[in-house]
Amino acid sequence: MELIVFVLASAMVLSGAIGVVLFRNPVHAALGLVLTLFGVAVHFVSMEAHFLAAVQVIVYAGAIVVLFLFVIMLLGVDRAEDLTIEPLKLQRPVAIVLGAGVTVLVAGAVVRGADTLGRETNASAPGDSNIRALARSLYSDHVLAFELTSVLLIVAVAGTVVLTRRLKKSEG
Amino acid sequence: MEPTTTSYLVLAALLFGIGATGLMIRRNPLVMFMCIELMLNAVNLTFVALATRFSDIDGQTAVFFVMVVAAAEVVVGLGIIISIMRRRPGATVDDLAELKG
Repeated sequence: MELIVFVLASAMVLSGAIGVVLFRNPVHAALGLVLTLFGVAVHFVSMEAHFLAAVQVIVYAGAIVVLFLFVIMLLGVDRAEDLTIEPLKLQRPVAIVLGAGVTVLVAGAVVRGADTLGRETNASAPGDSNIRALARSLYSDHVLAFELTSVLLIVAVAGTVVLTRRLKKSEG
Repeated sequence: MEPTTTSYLVLAALLFGIGATGLMIRRNPLVMFMCIELMLNAVNLTFVALATRFSDIDGQTAVFFVMVVAAAEVVVGLGIIISIMRRRPGATVDDLAELKG
């Protein structure tokens, strides 16, 4: 059963990711991104990271993708990008070779290093204590980092407002 | 039969590779941003897989922070893209050489 879920969610993740890369229309790419993020959320559920799965769906698949779609519609760049125009002749083949190389190297390293993970333990925490454990870690061990993220979010919001506002007289 | 931790890590490697390839192939800055999100999600997947593997919640805390920083990064990046596109409509990343002397 878990294997079936894994295979289906992996198919969602990989097909969505390939869609992001290959779709010419940015709106379709954003929808591929939704598919990928949802597949990752399914993986989180099957690994008993329930809180992160909920955050993944709400923040990533909800807020961030809506932000992407909003910017695409706002800028009116939702026409198809012509992928045949090629300013740098060698860029695409070299990029594909490099990407395949990175993939093969990382996957090969992971497979070869599988023994170093040690023996499989089935001592996974029960499901409903996940949020409690995460909150305890977040509010005790990492409370300074947690407070700093609030500063980061304020700075990001204020910076974006300053970046995108139009000045009245001089050109913005 | 259950999927092993290694299978999750291989999936994350594939996702990271697709994101990196897309980042190098595409020239639309919005799509490049989406490819960066793909790579961040691949890393999140490895964090959660290993946190589950070692029964250590700190990996999930790291994923939480990655999500917060990714959200802030998307907000700032899209603001920059909006202000660029407003000045030069239809610009791809190859056209952004305004600082070139």
